Amino acid sequence: MVKHAKPKGFYDVFERKSQDFPAGETTHYCPGCGHGTVHKLIAEALVDMGLQDRTIFLSPVGCAVFGYYYFDTGNIQCAHGRAPAVGTGVARSLDDAVVISYQGDGDLAGIGTAEIVHAANRNENMAVFFVNNAIYGMTGGQMAPTTLLGQSTTTSPLGRKSEREGGPIHMAEVMSALEGPIYIERCTLSSPAGVMKTRKAVRKALTNQSEKRGFSFVEILSPCPVGWKMTPVQSRSWMASSMESVFPVKRFRDEEAAPKGNGRLPFLDDGALRDLVGAVANEVPTKVSTLSQDLGVKIAGFGGQGVMSAGILLANAAIHEGLHTTWLPSYGPEMRGGKANASVVLSSDAVGSPVVDVPQALLAMNGPSLDAFENHVVPGGLVMVNSSLISRKVERRDVRVFEAPVSDLAAEAGFLKGANIVMLALFALESGVIGIQTLKEIIPKSMKNKDLVEINLRLVDVAEEFHGRE
Amino acid sequence: MNHVVVSTDLCKACRLCVEACPKHCLELGSAINALGHQAVRFDSQECTACGMCFYVCPEPGTLTVMKGTA
Ligand SMILES: Cc1ncc(C[n+]2csc(CCOP(=O)(O)OP(=O)(O)O)c2C)c(N)n1
Ligand code: SF4
Repeated sequence: MVKHAKPKGFYDVFERKSQDFPAGETTHYCPGCGHGTVHKLIAEALVDMGLQDRTIFLSPVGCAVFGYYYFDTGNIQCAHGRAPAVGTGVARSLDDAVVISYQGDGDLAGIGTAEIVHAANRNENMAVFFVNNAIYGMTGGQMAPTTLLGQSTTTSPLGRKSEREGGPIHMAEVMSALEGPIYIERCTLSSPAGVMKTRKAVRKALTNQSEKRGFSFVEILSPCPVGWKMTPVQSRSWMASSMESVFPVKRFRDEEAAPKGNGRLPFLDDGALRDLVGAVANEVPTKVSTLSQDLGVKIAGFGGQGVMSAGILLANAAIHEGLHTTWLPSYGPEMRGGKANASVVLSSDAVGSPVVDVPQALLAMNGPSLDAFENHVVPGGLVMVNSSLISRKVERRDVRVFEAPVSDLAAEAGFLKGANIVMLALFALESGVIGIQTLKEIIPKSMKNKDLVEINLRLVDVAEEFHGRE
Repeated sequence: MNHVVVSTDLCKACRLCVEACPKHCLELGSAINALGHQAVRFDSQECTACGMCFYVCPEPGTLTVMKGTA
């Protein structure tokens, strides 16, 4: 009777892409490499636990890059160090998936440090098998973040020295500093007993994963005989004598954790979404306007002049009129006090791009804005100028110009900050794109500070009076 | 009888099973296999089918451990 045989979690024949390694039944690993042993423990557990068809195996960059040659499971080969980020996507989109992130120490503790730390901190639903061989195996035995002090590698031929290269990074301990992970253990392949303990840890992590209890991290000290320039048997004694005193083999955490959710946001219908982002036009549009062509509007000024809120008001008014619209803010490096502009696109149909490179209308609240965008306006377009702050004249002769001292008009009404409203109301009147009545209906709904509703409505009247006089 | 079946052409002769076997049932042979290694051979009456050789072996299909007669 067969007691132990090649686990069914492996393909029968390992098909390969490379001409140098034809399809066969052996792995590409060097004699005595620990990767094969860990693969075997995982493949066996997946079958024994009935998880094979639910498994997405994420292979790293490193010697284990070809995980998909071997594991008869779902497979994704990830960019260097990014497997935990890929796993986050998989875990959150496939409720039933058993996610395995299999990573080396260069991959996980070097280039992928950010990904592993944040996935752990979020307690992502995945099982991480961290194969630590204290070296970059695949690229020829260079120093890794996990290389021991004194250990010589191709890039630390004199031995790693803490003054020069820092000390070895202890990833299981790093994981333990975070609240997220539910299970953290360090194992070793240095002896048959160590292999059997690793087998248990693999199963523990996969049980957590199949029950969706959160983030499990199993660090496995693993030999790289070729990279260490040792025989496979010597490499096992070196692990026991040197590696394990630096990386203590122990269980760091094992929490009773309840199954956690998939981390997805609840489904929000259009109404709920509009409520959430504070949009105002959550009722049926009052009328259905049409535009002969898409209209790109650029509202520009310095931060604090209300160009962003003017843009939002315009977009909301457009929705109210049954138009499609987008609003795209653009800030300078300083959020306040720097340059700012809002791009608003209005259309009778779905908007293709929210970017306004050549505006049909420019609302320039200050001089630098006119300087920056005057030449971008389409011929025949409309340029609205805040003449309170802009002393120069518009140079273009092929655009329609409307000048108004909107800052002064607002200040005279007692609310300088409302210059944007005066400008927007004048734009509505001058362009006819949105009705002034629409604007009056939108303002009370969109103002968060209700004390400002009255003054802003008065500023619309100020604009109407000014426009009537012009 | 308990025994280990070696797929000789899949062995990389790392010796880990030789060291792992508590009953010293395995040893490296002298014949050179298709991979160029002197593959391990099983020759013993002592095997308990404990599976230690199987688990330490990094290759998926090299060793199959049989219990009993069949
Ligand atoms: C973005 C990127 N940077 C660098 C490399 C080169 N590279 C390939 S494998 C590797 C290190 C792998 O070491 P480790 O994760 O310890 O795995 P091992 O091979 O030892 O199992 C590096 C740096 C790469 N393939 N991609
Ligand atoms: S059977 Fe496996 S462990 Fe034993 S010598 Fe061959 S490859 Fe190494």
